Amino acid sequence: MSASLLDTDPTPIHTVGRLVTNFIIAIGDLTRFLFLTLGGLMGQLPRSRVLWPVMYEVGVRSVPVIAVTGLFIGMVLAVQTYDTLRMYRLESRIGSVINVSLVKELGPVLAATMLAGRVGCAMAAEIGTMRVTEQIDALKALGANPISYLVVPRFLACFWLIPALTLIADGLGMFGGWVVSVQMLGVSDHFFWLYSQQFITAFDVISGVMKSMFFGAAISIIACHRGFHCGSGAEGVGRAATDSFVCSFIAILVLDLVLVILLNNIFRLLWALGFTVL
Amino acid sequence: MNSSVKSPALPATAAPVLELRGVSVEFGSQKVLQDISVNVHRGETLVLIGESGCGKSVTTKLLAGLLEPTRGEVRWDGRPVRSRSAREMHRDRLRYGYLFQGAALFDSMNVYENVAFGLRENTKLKESQIRDVVLERLREVGLAEVVAEKRPSDLSGGMKKRVGLARALAMSPDVVFYDEPTTGLDPVMSDVINELILQTQLNRKVTSVVVTHDMNTVRRVADRVVMLYPLSRVAPGQPQVIYEGTAENAFESEDVRVSSFVRGEAGARLKEMYAA
Repeated sequence: MSASLLDTDPTPIHTVGRLVTNFIIAIGDLTRFLFLTLGGLMGQLPRSRVLWPVMYEVGVRSVPVIAVTGLFIGMVLAVQTYDTLRMYRLESRIGSVINVSLVKELGPVLAATMLAGRVGCAMAAEIGTMRVTEQIDALKALGANPISYLVVPRFLACFWLIPALTLIADGLGMFGGWVVSVQMLGVSDHFFWLYSQQFITAFDVISGVMKSMFFGAAISIIACHRGFHCGSGAEGVGRAATDSFVCSFIAILVLDLVLVILLNNIFRLLWALGFTVL
Repeated sequence: MNSSVKSPALPATAAPVLELRGVSVEFGSQKVLQDISVNVHRGETLVLIGESGCGKSVTTKLLAGLLEPTRGEVRWDGRPVRSRSAREMHRDRLRYGYLFQGAALFDSMNVYENVAFGLRENTKLKESQIRDVVLERLREVGLAEVVAEKRPSDLSGGMKKRVGLARALAMSPDVVFYDEPTTGLDPVMSDVINELILQTQLNRKVTSVVVTHDMNTVRRVADRVVMLYPLSRVAPGQPQVIYEGTAENAFESEDVRVSSFVRGEAGARLKEMYAA
């Protein structure tokens, strides 16, 4: 009976069932990989000889691309927002619109997206190449745990350094917005910063940075997971890099929504409890 | 280079240092090995031969504990690998050195760092002591000190294999696995690698498992030969191991699958292909 069912062409229900099953298997495998990484973190921290080059690659070498992205996004936001606000004679409030958008959403999401593109793809390709050329087996044969040696340093580098990259994107975005608004469009410098200060709370900055840490963790785990499950040959490595970016980008968007809802609820709770400093 | 002489094989009654018991391996829906049993005795050199894709490298990785079987059991020194704790597994694995097919040198490190890797990760030796060991191992495989600073991408195929061997020997292993050590090398360099395998076996009294297609390697280094047949072409109910014995007897085998392979004769295979 079952054999005859399998022999027939798959119906849409079969196809949907297979997709759902594969999705659940993939999520389960990724979760297992995450726990293996967290298990690796519980042991000895990576040696500085291994950790520093990864941190340099993830942190220092990402600064230019993230700075440029932040700067131009701030400038574009100013150009796009100015005309609308001017219609209502609210152009003096442009600083609040740009800077709130940057600090709460665009800074963390864009920094994470750039990190997923620049660092995540490279991680997936590097680890994928190591897998294809048996270097991961060689690590095992030489008594090193591939998760501890390859994944944990990358996880730590992304998790620790993405807040700094997010703040750089925020800062450069604000600067770009200020240049266009104040220097080019003639908005008052005083009101630009006054309204920015009034509308941005410490909680906005903290929640943006906290979100970015989750994004960094997700990017590193997904990229390393794709690398470890890379198919054979150049095509397999290329696909691992592409999958890494696509999955990371989706994860960033989903995490963003979940974390926004969660953090807003926390904010309301803290407000109700009298933490007005936030 | 002086040609070394093979050491006499140990009696088959010695307890196997490595053992596969009724092992099967499947990757998804692809079956690679089915019900394989292979023993490797202390001090012997076992050579695995067979057509490409028959599962030789998978068998070697199973023996080395780099892969887990889908079914069956892998034993080291008579004890199942699965029964070992992570700590025991880590300790015991250091007794095995592995020369990979493409050498598998770490691209991000130079030759010195590659050979020093196992020592840095698993011992508390001072860097000066590690340096002595690394240079000694490089000398053993015929490489000059100047090579130590080179990147793997700057090395020829033969040099990569020799660095891979130096790395495999750095931790003074009891068992060394060689996965296609002479593939892609010129005849002279192939002979150099064969000689190094013999020297290693003689000088260090190691147990060796060699995967190869090279019949010169089989003739020169093998104490015992095991031939695997691709599972897709094994008749139902027939074993996948189609030969187990000495190298000399393999060349005299009456099984046409064995004799045609070791002599490199395509006739029987061509008939099979056309029939298919």
